[in-house]
Amino acid sequence: MDKYFVMIRMRFLTMLAYRMEYYTGIIIYSINIGAYYFLWKAIYGSQGEIGNVDFVQMTTYVAIGWMARSFYYNNIDREIAADIQEGKVAIELIRPYDYVLMKTAQAFGEGVFRFFCFAVPGFIIVSLLFPVHLPSDPFLWVSFFVSIFFSFLIFTQINLAVGLTTFFFYNNRGFMRAKRILLDLLSGLLIPIYLFPAWVQSIFTFLPFQSISYVPSMIFSGGFTTELVYLSIGKQLLWSVILIVPIMLLWKTAKKIVVVQGG
Amino acid sequence: MRYIELFLQYSGQYIKTRLAYRSDVVVGFLFDLLQQVVNLTFIFLVFDYTSSMNGWSRDEVIFIYGYFLIPFSIFMAFFNIWQFNDEYIIKGQMDRVLTRPIHSLYQVLLEKMELESLLGCLTGATIMIFSGFALNISFGIKDMLLFLPFVIGGVLVYGGVFVFLASLAFFTDSKLSIMPMMYNVGNYGRYPIQIYNRAIRFVLTWILPFAFVGSYPASYFLNRTEWVGYALFTPIMGLIVFIISIYFWNYGVKKYRGVGS
Repeated sequence: MDKYFVMIRMRFLTMLAYRMEYYTGIIIYSINIGAYYFLWKAIYGSQGEIGNVDFVQMTTYVAIGWMARSFYYNNIDREIAADIQEGKVAIELIRPYDYVLMKTAQAFGEGVFRFFCFAVPGFIIVSLLFPVHLPSDPFLWVSFFVSIFFSFLIFTQINLAVGLTTFFFYNNRGFMRAKRILLDLLSGLLIPIYLFPAWVQSIFTFLPFQSISYVPSMIFSGGFTTELVYLSIGKQLLWSVILIVPIMLLWKTAKKIVVVQGG
Repeated sequence: MRYIELFLQYSGQYIKTRLAYRSDVVVGFLFDLLQQVVNLTFIFLVFDYTSSMNGWSRDEVIFIYGYFLIPFSIFMAFFNIWQFNDEYIIKGQMDRVLTRPIHSLYQVLLEKMELESLLGCLTGATIMIFSGFALNISFGIKDMLLFLPFVIGGVLVYGGVFVFLASLAFFTDSKLSIMPMMYNVGNYGRYPIQIYNRAIRFVLTWILPFAFVGSYPASYFLNRTEWVGYALFTPIMGLIVFIISIYFWNYGVKKYRGVGS
């Protein structure tokens, strides 16, 4: 276990060295939140509520959604793809650790960095810029933090799985790009899931994606009842367990058929 | 004349290299399309809950979005200078460019062309035509004559802003992340500018005039007479922004000392 903690720490320190880049990241996220803030403002117009949600709640939803993303986001899929394409994976395979666990540890290190150096200061700035309503109920705060932990887990697991498919497709840049674009929509980051037509919503309940952004954002903006909070976090837990299966399967098969290109 | 010939030569070479990887071009286009579909999904979904966005109907918003993609795609094809600081200043490529017998900016732009981005014009035009039909817009000879200068004006605004930002690399060798920031600000131009508050409208009109890329010229074609003045100002705005940037670029080249071998 020790070696993975070292990995977490090392990744954290590496990220810390490049923290300047993340300060501009905060500005970029603020610009994005601003774009959606004005779009929603125009959409709300004179209406007080859309689907039982008022404008301040929607602003909170958008702001927390982007700031949560600044925490759970990582590029582990692209890193794995690069390792495979550059042939580095050959060295990784003979090292005395499990490659997938090591990548997960790195993602954790990045997550810790992103949480303290990007998401928290970012959210403070964003809540000063936009009319964000902070929940007053401690229960919501606690369940929010639990749920973004699962967001991070599920997002990272999806990235691991997508990254590992490089073993089979060799060049899956396109697949990774499609995943990135679609995830913003399917996770509920761009638009809350409850605004989708009912039949689309019912499909989404069988997919892991809304566990990434929709669940924590809804909890934070007070859109979920207590019962629904428990149910959604339960679903997140379930998904984070289920997603281990495809990762293990991909990894097991990959190790058997691996062809190192170059390196 | 020499500049045109060089452009044709470079384009010819570029197309040859891209044709070797045809599937990459197609895949790239499909993902660009996917991105637009995702953005349009947002517009379609929210208009189920409202009939207008600060006075703009769904089809009008989509029309502006589609129009915006045309100058934007042309900009992406010819002003691919995101990595100028890295590739030309830090790696010393600029020294080579300066020995070439044409204007240094033109040389850089030729080398960095990404012609497949022009396919985005098709996406934009398709969106525009469909929403135009839905809105029953008449497109007369006058509109056709204005279309080109409007598009070129928009391209020059975008190109000018980013040439200006690239020129900053001549004065500092530290890494600047202003470009991705501005890229996100530029996205504000995809929607009617009237949805923003007064301060942002002012910035998008007079300081970072991205409103002249999509919002103002498109509202002319939508027969919104309130902003005709702004719309007709588009080509002039483009020229102003671009000329300022060229001056700034030239000044930067004069100050440029290289970073050593």
